[in-house]
Amino acid sequence: MRYVINRFGFFVLSLWAAITINFILPRLMPGNPADAMFAKFQGQLTPAAIDAMKKAYGIGQSNLWQQYMDYLHGLFTFNWGLSFMQYPTPVSDIIKSSVPWTLGLVGISTLISVFLGTTLGVYISWKRKGLLDNTLPIVSMIFQAMPYFWMALLFVFIFGFKLEWFPLSHGYDPSLTPGWNGSFLYSMLSHAFLPGLTLLLGSLSGWIVGMRNNMINTLGEDYVTFAEAKGVRTSRLMFSYAARNAILPQLTSFAIAIGNVVSGSILTEQVFSYPGIGNQLTSAVTSQDFPMIQASFLLIAISVLVANLIVDLLYSRLDPRIRTGGLSHEG
Amino acid sequence: MKAEVTPSIQQPVKTSNNVFRYLRFLKFFFTNGKSATGFIIFLVFLLIAIFAPLIAPYSPSAAIYDPNLAPTAHHWFGTTNTGQDLFSQFIFSARNTMIVGFGAGILSTIIGLIFGVVAGYRGGITDAILTFITNLFLVLPGLALLIVIEAYVKASTPYVNGLIIAFTGWAWGARVFRSQAMTLAGRDFISAAKMSGKSSIRIMITEICPNMMSIIAGNIMFATLGAILAEAGLAFLGFEDINSTSWGTMLYWASSNSALLRGAWWWFIPPGVGIALVGLSLVLMNFAIDEITNPRLKGQKRRKKHGRQAARS
Repeated sequence: MRYVINRFGFFVLSLWAAITINFILPRLMPGNPADAMFAKFQGQLTPAAIDAMKKAYGIGQSNLWQQYMDYLHGLFTFNWGLSFMQYPTPVSDIIKSSVPWTLGLVGISTLISVFLGTTLGVYISWKRKGLLDNTLPIVSMIFQAMPYFWMALLFVFIFGFKLEWFPLSHGYDPSLTPGWNGSFLYSMLSHAFLPGLTLLLGSLSGWIVGMRNNMINTLGEDYVTFAEAKGVRTSRLMFSYAARNAILPQLTSFAIAIGNVVSGSILTEQVFSYPGIGNQLTSAVTSQDFPMIQASFLLIAISVLVANLIVDLLYSRLDPRIRTGGLSHEG
Repeated sequence: MKAEVTPSIQQPVKTSNNVFRYLRFLKFFFTNGKSATGFIIFLVFLLIAIFAPLIAPYSPSAAIYDPNLAPTAHHWFGTTNTGQDLFSQFIFSARNTMIVGFGAGILSTIIGLIFGVVAGYRGGITDAILTFITNLFLVLPGLALLIVIEAYVKASTPYVNGLIIAFTGWAWGARVFRSQAMTLAGRDFISAAKMSGKSSIRIMITEICPNMMSIIAGNIMFATLGAILAEAGLAFLGFEDINSTSWGTMLYWASSNSALLRGAWWWFIPPGVGIALVGLSLVLMNFAIDEITNPRLKGQKRRKKHGRQAARS
């Protein structure tokens, strides 16, 4: 229980830190980026609109604490301001329309990657020095060293441009209207295939090699040798005896893995012009759309924090030592 | 108890033995196929980086050649749409990538060492605070944070980007160093050093750090790889001075001039291969270091079937 409270405490604190970084960063920078922004908009918007935007952004108020309070209040009432670039669309609307794309893409490819990678890791740790054990780590190293976005570019070039198997960009065929019908779903899947494959291949190697190494460590334990001597069936030995324990360190490396996948998805979405949150973030930065930048960063940060919290709680379910406090100092 | 539970990765051995240990380490490093390959690739790119002005046939930025050339005898990697020589760009980019990558890798390792070793050695409230900061940087999504910072630091040079990457990417190393420092802090030779009157800082620098050299080396490789990939990603997204010469910037120009859709593979293949090769050399060397510190991962077959055969016969 103490562990669970601990994790929740960390979650709340890190959430607060992410929110505060988001608040402080624009105010820390030399020159007021928002002023430069308004100068750019001077001709395009009515003075009344600019005034409203300034007020919404807390510009002109000198009291930093008051600004901070207003910012927090706006945040928790989902009043995230209006996008500069697509004025006057509320930022929350744009976010709402792009989150499902990223969530679907990153979520599904990560789940497949974890499952496939862990299973393959178990398999090659059993077939030590087999063909797969000799080649897979090398192949996975190459994938680890390759930039995500370059792999994405190669896929676009080979499968999109040369072979024309898959569409080059966007989330779905723009001639179709979104809805739950066959042709739209098909279009969605064929558009998601290459970006999904990029994310899958980019993260798979980490799971395979991590699981392989954990398995090799676990297989050296005495209780495994004993079980083997007792004549426990191979599959049972691998999955019920060794993999159960070897999978725990996999979960702790999830924190860094999810960060990598999110980074990869930002780049991948850019390559494929995929209508997700990462793409919104990069285009917002390019066009200096500050409310959009803040909202999309916050959303990415929150989803990573939530994913970590879920994994931490799962970890305490899987490892009883955590719950009873036996390992309270690890990690 | 703790010292028993954790595998004794590094036995503290003193002076003369230490030399032999490092020699053994080097012997393994250079005779192991993976690390030797990695080292050779690394050396090639290091030489390219150092002698870039001698190797590159033309200026990387001069737009004075025939535009849109496919590879020819004069322009090995062809030219851009504005008539810049891609081979020269590739060579000079190696230099920037190596400087930024290793600079950021080493700097972030140093920051990680400070956080990790102090937290692990001190324990208590210091540990709690430092570990919280470390975990915070660990869970905040790296590239998203970098992109947001880039929004306010406009069109930064590769070197500025390297600094930002180092200051945001040290957390993983700190975590590894902390747990290692924690196990070392309980050993006898640390107690002996304490009793001989050495100050905490001296113990950390002269007793703890030298006893986790291989982990530090591994972390430098790992952090450098991360920095190279992050820098390339930022440059590719256009968040780096677009007139700078780096592999990421080359890819940025290639994609913004739709080299892909014109079939100009010579524009976007070489920079990616460059990044991947440098990255691969780091991963290979890191893999060998892993095998040295964790002998179980080394090639020997599992105590294969001994148990089972013995049980059956």
